[in-house]
Amino acid sequence: MSEPLLNELSQVGRQGVRYPAPDVPLADLPDGLTRHDLPLPEVSEIDVVRHFTRLSQLNHSIDTGFYPLGSCTMKYNPKINEETARLPGFLWVHPLQPVETVQGSLALMYHLQESIKEIGGFAAVTLQPAAGAHGELTGVLIMRAYHAANGHTERKKILIPDSAHGTNPASSAMAGLQVVQLPSDARGNIDLAALEAECDDTLLGLMLTNPNTLGLFDEHLEDIVRLVHDAGGLMYGDGANMNALLGIARPGDLGIDVMHFNLHKTFSTPHGGGGPGSGPVAVSAALADFLPAPIVDIIEPGDEELPPLYGFVTPKHSIGRVKAFHGHFGIFVRAYTYILMHGAEGLRQVAENAVLNANYLMAKLKGTYPVPYERPCMHEFVAEGQVEGAPDVRALDIAKRLLDYGIHPPTNYFPLIVHEALMIEPTETESKQMLDGFVVALEQIAAEARTNPEVLHTAPHNTPVGRLDEVKAAKELILTWE
Amino acid sequence: MFFPHTPHDREEMLRATGVNSIEDFFTVVPAAQRFPRLNLPQAMSEMDAAQELRHIAEANETTREFACFLGAGAYNHYTPAVVDSILRRGEFYTAYTPYQPEVSQGTLQAIFEYQSMICALTGMEVSNASHYDGATAVAEAISMAYAQFRGKRTKMVLSPALHPHYRTTAHTYTQGSEVTINGDDSAPAAGPEALLSYVDEHTALVMVQYPDFFGRVYDLSALAEATHEAGALFGVAVNPLALGLLTPPGEFGADIVVGEGQPLGIPLSFGGPYLGIFATRKEYVRKMAGRLVGQTVDTRGQRGFVLTLTAREQHIRRERATSNICSNQGLMMLAVTVYLSALGKHGLKQVATLNYHKAHYAASRIAALPGFSLWQPKTPFFNEFTVQCPVSVAEINAHLLEHGILGGYDVAQDYPALQNHMLLAVTEMNRREEIDLLVDVLAEFAQEDSHE
Repeated sequence: MSEPLLNELSQVGRQGVRYPAPDVPLADLPDGLTRHDLPLPEVSEIDVVRHFTRLSQLNHSIDTGFYPLGSCTMKYNPKINEETARLPGFLWVHPLQPVETVQGSLALMYHLQESIKEIGGFAAVTLQPAAGAHGELTGVLIMRAYHAANGHTERKKILIPDSAHGTNPASSAMAGLQVVQLPSDARGNIDLAALEAECDDTLLGLMLTNPNTLGLFDEHLEDIVRLVHDAGGLMYGDGANMNALLGIARPGDLGIDVMHFNLHKTFSTPHGGGGPGSGPVAVSAALADFLPAPIVDIIEPGDEELPPLYGFVTPKHSIGRVKAFHGHFGIFVRAYTYILMHGAEGLRQVAENAVLNANYLMAKLKGTYPVPYERPCMHEFVAEGQVEGAPDVRALDIAKRLLDYGIHPPTNYFPLIVHEALMIEPTETESKQMLDGFVVALEQIAAEARTNPEVLHTAPHNTPVGRLDEVKAAKELILTWE
Repeated sequence: MFFPHTPHDREEMLRATGVNSIEDFFTVVPAAQRFPRLNLPQAMSEMDAAQELRHIAEANETTREFACFLGAGAYNHYTPAVVDSILRRGEFYTAYTPYQPEVSQGTLQAIFEYQSMICALTGMEVSNASHYDGATAVAEAISMAYAQFRGKRTKMVLSPALHPHYRTTAHTYTQGSEVTINGDDSAPAAGPEALLSYVDEHTALVMVQYPDFFGRVYDLSALAEATHEAGALFGVAVNPLALGLLTPPGEFGADIVVGEGQPLGIPLSFGGPYLGIFATRKEYVRKMAGRLVGQTVDTRGQRGFVLTLTAREQHIRRERATSNICSNQGLMMLAVTVYLSALGKHGLKQVATLNYHKAHYAASRIAALPGFSLWQPKTPFFNEFTVQCPVSVAEINAHLLEHGILGGYDVAQDYPALQNHMLLAVTEMNRREEIDLLVDVLAEFAQEDSHE
């Protein structure tokens, strides 16, 4: 492969895009405040197009292949979403325009808020957070503010299961909370005895991913909620795995007080090579006054002839802004398009098919790779990346060998509580034929592990680059082309 | 909808899993709450959904129809066609975070090139792969400064001319910590040197904006020096487009440069998604949050790129991480990378210079109107400036709107002392006729004022 860097393509005097000459008189440039050199590349437009097109071809993507990456919900990103998000009426609107001129954007945000409330069983929602982790920070700040408003500033302890994503403890620490990790029991549930021992009057709440990162719905959910609420704590729901619950259960009905949603997982908006995501936070009625400002509401009700007037409102005890402007509006359009196309029945089918696909894969693979928690999973499951008769082969080798089969590997070495974890989430948009092909690939890899483990240790072989020297990268720290 | 299973597939799959029906997978869900009836609109076909969304979008009035003079942190710029053409490639937008470098070299090299160009633009040594937006980048700069002094310095001094959303975001982020935010938000008229009275041995960070919220451009080197003498870090929030023309902060002593990347080819899109720029000096790289790409080689001796220094991040450090960030603005980062390469050395200077001249033409014409004056006529500015008006900004804007003009930002919303002050942005998108029309409509207020 080796696509040159832009600075290597650069030729002195070349320019891609040109702008018109000034149509106004020229002003004096500010004395002593202008730069002498601007060391950017000099390339033509065709250089740019070929360079980035060739780069794109070095990527694996949903559009080019299967992506069973646990906890990431790499479902198909419908093309219509990209069209609606680019409608001129949405794209060319300034966030600070008078509300009378942005009634379309506000109506869309209002209806997306209403949809999320209905799907999740919550009373109010903010669309402002930019990503899941950002939603977590927002959520724990809301919990903190709620307790403080009730005079309970001593409540600083937040309980987080050992299977949780790393963002949960990191978000809590940012909010100044004291993190206590809860162990899991032998069936992959939260250890109830450990939970009970921590339920005292310093408890702020518990952050629960349910189904958890093992893909398991906690069998004691009602007990967990009761213990936390009886101790005066709040239940935070990490919505990373909401794809399993659409139309199956509403987290608000199950006792969750505050929860973030990942529009880029559950509601099909693209991951974009690492973002932008969107992490709306929904809350119960008791917490509604603490949401970040502003949120969209109806300012003047409509009638038969006129639509309502939408505008921004500030919740009474708002924790404040968590970012500039109103959130990732372009992502809202995509998610709302997706919700409109599914309706209640379709969303339930999303979860059902996601769970069917995961259970099918688990059934097919458990003879080849150990599955530590053997009960029906939700939308994902965790296997151990170990092959009987091939003691030197690790999850990493299996993951890298899958790349040679044109398949993106599962999440590996997470959750931390499973040895050599391979976390597999097929999503509902993959066909039986694709899943069967994945099973065949993993079976062949298991056979290779026994007969020719070296081919795994040195994998991948068919990718644009081989295994990369990460130690060298960290040691030499070449972070720019100069 | 997007489920490929045929009824036959589904039956076979159920049989393989040993359950009779899909409902059987969900017996673990408490029965009383299982299978709620969701009250949502009937599912739509793609054709109907497309029409519905078009209908909603048409209820907006856009900067394409208006002559737009509104800025205040988000700007109406031209995005060359090549940018969206690249963004539309499924190999980029449907890819995940590049955790498997062997099949992610496209994303990784693009990030490496982004980091390189952000460093070139800001004059800094290292850049991360981006934060959410300008506001959260400021909040992350505060976290980094706090971590740099291991909690021994807790004072953050923020300029009152830092974007109001950035300051309120900083307050939100720090409400659970011992960090204090300092500065006098009610006194934005003073220059940057006024911040020095807040700087002492407990100060971790001094953060200014360049150009500032009011559009002003100052020589910040003296403030940088004084900040360093107090042992604190000097942070600068930039409009990156202005750096096509202005001295980069790396040349006057910035330790951290953050900024809103939207002006570099990202559509307004009602406020997001945008891009948080974050760059610093090499000595602080391990304290910087966010994704970072480094160059290395593969087993075949080829150059390649990987995520590096990941031990700083939340998935390793959990509650000991300095930030919870787990994503970057991947696709927006790509937009900026394509934009900067397509414009390049000459194009970026050209567009920055266009902004400068057009804004100065508008400012000089408005300042000549009776009753209107520039708020601080002696202070240099880039493409945005503050005008003192004879009547309220709301009244003027309502009238401008009737003439198809999106007027400036009402500064009094955030600075009550500055009643009747309007912040106007002029970009390469504003043709001279638009500027003249703006001046003509504003002149109606000037005349009314002089008759009274």
